[in-house]
Amino acid sequence: MKKTYKIEVDCANCANKMEDAAKHTDGVKDCTVNFMTLKMIVDFEDGVDPKTVMANVVKNCKKVEDDCEIYL
Amino acid sequence: MSKKQKKMLIRIIASVGLFIVASLIPSTGIVRFILFMIPYLVVGYDILIKAIKGIINGQVFDECFLMAVATVGAIGLAIMEQSGDYTEAIAVMLFYQIGEWFQSYAVGKSRRNISELMDIRPDYAHIEIDGKLETVDPDEVEVGTVIVVQPGEKVPIDGVIIDGNAALNTAALTGESLPREVGIDDEVISGCIDMDGVLHIKTTKAFGESTVSKILDLVENASSRKSRSEDFISKFAKIYTPTVCISALFLAVVPPLFTLMVGSGDPLWHQWIYRALTFLVISCPCALVISIPLSFFAGIGGASKAGVLVKGSNYLETLSKVNTVVFDKTGTLTEGVFEVNAIHHNTMDADQLLEYAALAESASNHPISKSIQKAYGQTIDRCRVSQLHETSGNGIVAVVDGHEVAVGNSKLMVSKNIDYIDCHSVGTIIHIAIDGTYQGHIVISDRIKPTAKQAITALKQSGIKKTVMLTGDNRKVADNVAKQLGLDQVYSELLPGDKVNKVETLLSEQQEGKLAFVGDGINDAPVLGRADIGIAMGAMGSDAAIEAADIVLMDDDPLKISKAIRISRKTLAIVYENIVFAIGIKLVCLVLGALGIANMWLAIFADVGVMVLAVLNAIRALFVSKL
Repeated sequence: MKKTYKIEVDCANCANKMEDAAKHTDGVKDCTVNFMTLKMIVDFEDGVDPKTVMANVVKNCKKVEDDCEIYL
Repeated sequence: MSKKQKKMLIRIIASVGLFIVASLIPSTGIVRFILFMIPYLVVGYDILIKAIKGIINGQVFDECFLMAVATVGAIGLAIMEQSGDYTEAIAVMLFYQIGEWFQSYAVGKSRRNISELMDIRPDYAHIEIDGKLETVDPDEVEVGTVIVVQPGEKVPIDGVIIDGNAALNTAALTGESLPREVGIDDEVISGCIDMDGVLHIKTTKAFGESTVSKILDLVENASSRKSRSEDFISKFAKIYTPTVCISALFLAVVPPLFTLMVGSGDPLWHQWIYRALTFLVISCPCALVISIPLSFFAGIGGASKAGVLVKGSNYLETLSKVNTVVFDKTGTLTEGVFEVNAIHHNTMDADQLLEYAALAESASNHPISKSIQKAYGQTIDRCRVSQLHETSGNGIVAVVDGHEVAVGNSKLMVSKNIDYIDCHSVGTIIHIAIDGTYQGHIVISDRIKPTAKQAITALKQSGIKKTVMLTGDNRKVADNVAKQLGLDQVYSELLPGDKVNKVETLLSEQQEGKLAFVGDGINDAPVLGRADIGIAMGAMGSDAAIEAADIVLMDDDPLKISKAIRISRKTLAIVYENIVFAIGIKLVCLVLGALGIANMWLAIFADVGVMVLAVLNAIRALFVSKL
C-alpha cells in the first residue's frame, strides 16, 4: 500500500537523509522523498497500520534532520 | 518569500550591519571578542543549536556540524594567535547562510513556476438545478450529470457537449496555442479553458478518472522516479562528506606530528588546523545534491509546458540516449482517419456491396471498419447479421441476410480459397466475397499527418540514426508512406503480436543507444512497454496510453518527438555540467586548500558560489521554447 505525505524540509541532502531514515523504519517496504515537490511516498509492508508506522517514521526523520516536518 | 525566508533575510542584514559596526570600533581583547560575537551569533545561532542536536542524535557529518566546527575552530585560532581576526569565522557563517537563503528562494521560486505551469486543477463545477447554477465540488459530480461551463472557466470533468458551442484553449494540456472549436456531440476533455461560449456538458467520467486528474497525478509523481544521475549523486554525497571530514582531521594532525617526530622545527599547528578548517567548509555536498534533481525537475516542467509529459527523471535520461525511433503507422504518422476511396471489380451495385461490407463489419471498432460504416452512411440494423467471426489481422466472416460474407485482406481470401483480383491503387484493400464468390474490393486510404515528414527530418537532424515503421497494413501502402516520409526501414503486414517480436529483434540489434517506440497507445500497450522507452501520441482521452507509456505527447503532432528528445538532451547536458563543475571546483579547492594556497574565502566560494551557479544553471532546463 502506498501513501503520499506532504513534507517540509530545507535542503536536498536532508531530504535524502529523511528518505534513508524512513526506508529503515520497520513496516516500510520502500520510500521515496521528492525534494522538488516536497512529498514523501511511503510503500508500507502488508498488514501494518500506516498510522503507527508513520509515527516511527517521523521519529526517525527528526533524528537525522531536526528541522523537518511530515504532515500526516 | 516565505516567513522563514523573510526572517532569515532580516538576520543576515542585521548581522552584516553589526559586523560593520564592530569593525569600525577600535577595540582589543575581550571587548573586541564580544563585539564580533554578536553578529556571529545573530546569523549562526540556529546552526550551532542544530549542530549540537545533531551530535546528540549521532549525525556528526551534517552540514550544520561542519559549519559549526569550521567557524568555532577559526574563532579558536584567532583567540590563540591573539590576532583578534574574527572576520573569517563570521564571513563563513554569513556566506553559508546567504547561500542557504538563496537556495531556498531559488528552489521555492522554481517550484512555484512549475506548479503554476501545471495549474490546471479545476476547483469547482457548475450544475444547473431548477434553472439556477449551483457551484459544487467536482469530486461530487456523478457520471451522467449535466454540468455548465461558462466563458473563462476550466472544463472540470470529461464529457460530451449536449448544448452550446465554444472555442477551447487547450494550451495547458497540449502546449498548442490555437484554440479548438467544439460544438454539440463533441467530446471535451477536462483541463481545457472555455474561451467564449456557454457549454452544457454531460459528464462521461468521474472527476478522479478524468484526464485532468490523471495528468496531475502523473506530473506530481513524475520526479519521484529517480534517474541514475540522481542515484549517483546521493551515493556520492554519502561517501564524499565523511571522506573530506576524515581528510581534514588527518590534515590537522598528521603533518605537524610528522614534523615533530622528524624533529625538523616548528610543527605549525595553526597553519595545519586552518587548512583543515577550509576543508570542512568545502566538504558540504549541497551544490551537488540540490542541482541534479532541480535540473530534472525543471526539465520535466519545461517539457510539460511544451505538451510533453515525462513520467520520471529516469525516462528523461533514457530519452536523451535514444538513437533509434520505431513508429507505429496508423494514428502516429498518419491521421488514422480512413476514407473509402474507390470500389473496384464489382459485379453487383457498389452501394449494395458497401452495405454488405458495412453490415459484416458492424461489430468492429477498427478504424477501417468504422470508415466502411461511415461510407455506407445509414443506420446499421444489426439483426441482419449473425455468426460473426473475426480473425485478428485478416478480417471478418459473417452471415448477412442468410449469405456468408467474407470481408478482409488477401490472406483471408487465400485461407478461404477464393480467387481475388489484386489492386494497383495505393491503400488498404478490403476484398469482399459473398457465398464464396469474389465480388470486388474496396480501397481505403489514410492521410499522412501534415507534420510527419518534417518530424522525421527533425529527428534525423537531431542525430537519430535509424527510423523504423511497423504496421499491420499491406506492403504497398507501407512502402509508399515510408518513401514519402524518408524512413529507413519498414516492416509491414504485421499482426499485433509480431510488432512485439520485431521490436525485440531491433532491441537485440541495438549496439549502443536506446530504442524508442512511438504509438498511439490504443493497441500498442505491449510494444510501448517492451521498448527502452515508450512514447504515446495523442493521449488526450486515451487512458491506456497514459498508463502504458513512459512519455506522453499531449497532442497528435509527431514533431513533438524530436522536441522531447532535444529537451531531454539539454536537461542531461545541464546535469553533467553541474556534476563536473561542482565536483571539479570542489576537488581543485580541496587540493589548493591542502597546499595552503586556498584560504577560507576561496572555500566559501567552492561551497556557496558553486551552489548558486549550479542552481542558476539548473533553472535553464525550464526554458524549452526555442528548442
